[in-house]
Amino acid sequence: MATKILTEHVNVPGIETFDVYRKQGGYTALEKALKTMTPEAVVEEVKKAGVRGRGGAGFPMGMKWSFLAKPEGVPRYLVCNADESEPGTFKDHYLMKNLPHLLIEGMIISSFALGANKSFIYVRGELMYVIRILEKAIAEAKAKGFLGKNILGSGYDLELVVQPGGGAYICGEETALLESLEGKRGNPRNKPPFPAVKGLYQCPTVVNNVESIATTPWIMNNGGDAYAAIGIGRSTGTKLISASGHINKPGVYEIELGVPVEDFLYADEWCGGIRPGHKFKALVAGGSSVPILPANLALKLENGDKRLMTYESLSEGGFKTGTMLGSGGFIVFDETSCIVRNTWNFSRFYHHESCGQCSPCREGTGWMEKVLHRIEYGHGHQRDVDLLVDVASKIEGNTICPLGDAAAWPVASAIRHFRDEFLWHITNPQEATQPGAVYRGEMALV
Amino acid sequence: MEDIKPKLLKVTIDGILVEVEPGTTILQAARKIGPSVAPPAMCYYQPLKGSGGKCRACLVRVAAGSEKDPRPMPKLVASCLTPVQDGMVVENETNPQVVEARKGVVEFLLLNHPLDCPVCDQAGECDLQNFTFDHGLATTRYEEDRRTFEKQDIGPYVQLHMTRCILCYRCVYTADQITNKRVHGVLNRGDASEIGTYIEKAIDNDFSGNVIDVCPVGALTDKTYRFKNRVWFTKPVDAHRDCPTCSGNVTLWYRGEEVIRVTARKNEWGEVTEFICNTCRFEKKKTSDWTIEGPTKISRASVISANKYRADEIKPTFGQRLAAAEYKPIHDERDTSQLNIRQLPPERFVQTVPSAE
Repeated sequence: MATKILTEHVNVPGIETFDVYRKQGGYTALEKALKTMTPEAVVEEVKKAGVRGRGGAGFPMGMKWSFLAKPEGVPRYLVCNADESEPGTFKDHYLMKNLPHLLIEGMIISSFALGANKSFIYVRGELMYVIRILEKAIAEAKAKGFLGKNILGSGYDLELVVQPGGGAYICGEETALLESLEGKRGNPRNKPPFPAVKGLYQCPTVVNNVESIATTPWIMNNGGDAYAAIGIGRSTGTKLISASGHINKPGVYEIELGVPVEDFLYADEWCGGIRPGHKFKALVAGGSSVPILPANLALKLENGDKRLMTYESLSEGGFKTGTMLGSGGFIVFDETSCIVRNTWNFSRFYHHESCGQCSPCREGTGWMEKVLHRIEYGHGHQRDVDLLVDVASKIEGNTICPLGDAAAWPVASAIRHFRDEFLWHITNPQEATQPGAVYRGEMALV
Repeated sequence: MEDIKPKLLKVTIDGILVEVEPGTTILQAARKIGPSVAPPAMCYYQPLKGSGGKCRACLVRVAAGSEKDPRPMPKLVASCLTPVQDGMVVENETNPQVVEARKGVVEFLLLNHPLDCPVCDQAGECDLQNFTFDHGLATTRYEEDRRTFEKQDIGPYVQLHMTRCILCYRCVYTADQITNKRVHGVLNRGDASEIGTYIEKAIDNDFSGNVIDVCPVGALTDKTYRFKNRVWFTKPVDAHRDCPTCSGNVTLWYRGEEVIRVTARKNEWGEVTEFICNTCRFEKKKTSDWTIEGPTKISRASVISANKYRADEIKPTFGQRLAAAEYKPIHDERDTSQLNIRQLPPERFVQTVPSAE
């Protein structure tokens, strides 16, 4: 039985209420941290645990915390990024909906470690009912003395604010989130300065994903070393994977990092295999932003070893043959899915969500979408394929925030691995534009 | 006592060493060397706080971060915002990656630009035009429809033509920092974003005209000047007047004896240093309103100088010199007194053999 750190009690009835959560051992980590530990010791434990940011970038959380500037007389803030809007990722939604107190306990411990007296949970605007759940949970915690002034007699004060976002994907980027939280237009800021130095209201700020923060209670209870013992190498602990697509059992699964992709995809415990009668064609392993992989490369590395669900193994081989773990949006495609249409769909999303601040992303995402639309609807030219690669390469790395990269990678990787399919669309427009028409040429199906 | 003067940082840009004060950006350091190495800037505007980083035209490669940490930076960086470090080595146009990225930026900026330079008032003093000539391609690979907008009326003096806008945000920062109330901003997002007042409000304050000067393209134009002239026909003259609201230091743009436009003075990077009020800009268009200081210094690269200073640069070939020597002007006996054109003095017709020097 795999270790479950976050979702152990998720099926207990009434776990979203304070009393049930408390009965299941909730808030003991908070008591331990506040009563027996110093903030530095909490940071040290998280560092030892080696939790990597679960929002997508995979930056070690402990290191992020230790970068926080601590000037005298300036407030520090912790902001929880719950603006989960990556297509294919729905783990934070699941976590907040079912275990609001886990997040709140994590927020209190993390805020204590960072010395923040006011912390924010920035929740995606579409999830209004989750916001109500969180607010109810915060009120419960406050009534029991776990939030507010002088928590558990430790002298530590914390106010927790839930802020609904306006529904923009870009506000999941940390600096755009901070701008939005300040009440401005959600445009990403230029970095440096990083939020750890000048963040919310120009004060030092840490922005962490929901899942990252939710790991802290377990780490407090069991110690950082116990957490680091789970997983492989630098990919420690467990990860929530949002599995979707053409699989038998879509849903949110908590896995120990290091499970082979093949096991995760085919084991009954998790995805339960491709839907009956179909074959595995392609995989987006970490949400729509990461490069798409064909079936053979998704399951096996170039040298024939099994590809594992870790940060390192998924990015093995760079972008040529690898991808990224990202935020864990595991989207599986079978042979009935059209890669061109899918790429166009992703591209349409990024076109719609680009903030329009910097020129490569503002103009480039729209251009790629239009070219892909043209190819999909049978008006493409042979030169369009190379044009797309060139446009993607000119967006990538030249933008203020990672949205430009996120828009360029799916397109570039789809062409890298499925060029024949794009060319088939261009050379056989009549056939390709039939409803339900899919490329049946030579490709690696598993 | 320690020396209070801060230690100067040594930066190498395109192989040229320059010493600058700490806190200087790469772009400022490059500008210190001169226009030949200064990266183009479409959105960065030194007098406006917070501007820059948006157009990505000024991307450069940092080949060595600093003396202490000589690793190159992984991505191209926006030179307008990146502060220099001691021992930094920057590659501007000497790096093919940078040139390629700039080519991309030109292409992106021109995707939705109408390219109506022949009828645009900004032509000749347009940052985008200069940038395109320096870094762009002669053709486009874009086949789709361009984004267009209706022209918007934003007050009695300024015309907003959003179709030409490249969303540099300069006018937004100007309104924030120069005027007391900003009524326009960026609406919508992505390539649908536009500058606007949302409900067609007039921008009405004493310094609203400055948005025309800061606009790098012809999106914000002067209604009193629209379609009246081309910049290369004008003669700019520095002048001042005693103005109760602003410094009163302006440039008058003459065509013949008529003042057709008044703008703030710009430095060699096209940046306004002293913003002027609307009274000076739009209402004082007579020479008698002003005290003339003298002709404005115009760069030789400017379109205003075109065909005026080139004789010493382009040496005529022997054939051209011979042809010029043998050229005989046709004696025109037609009566021109009926025509309403000014007679040129006779010495202008005398042909001379251009020297080879």
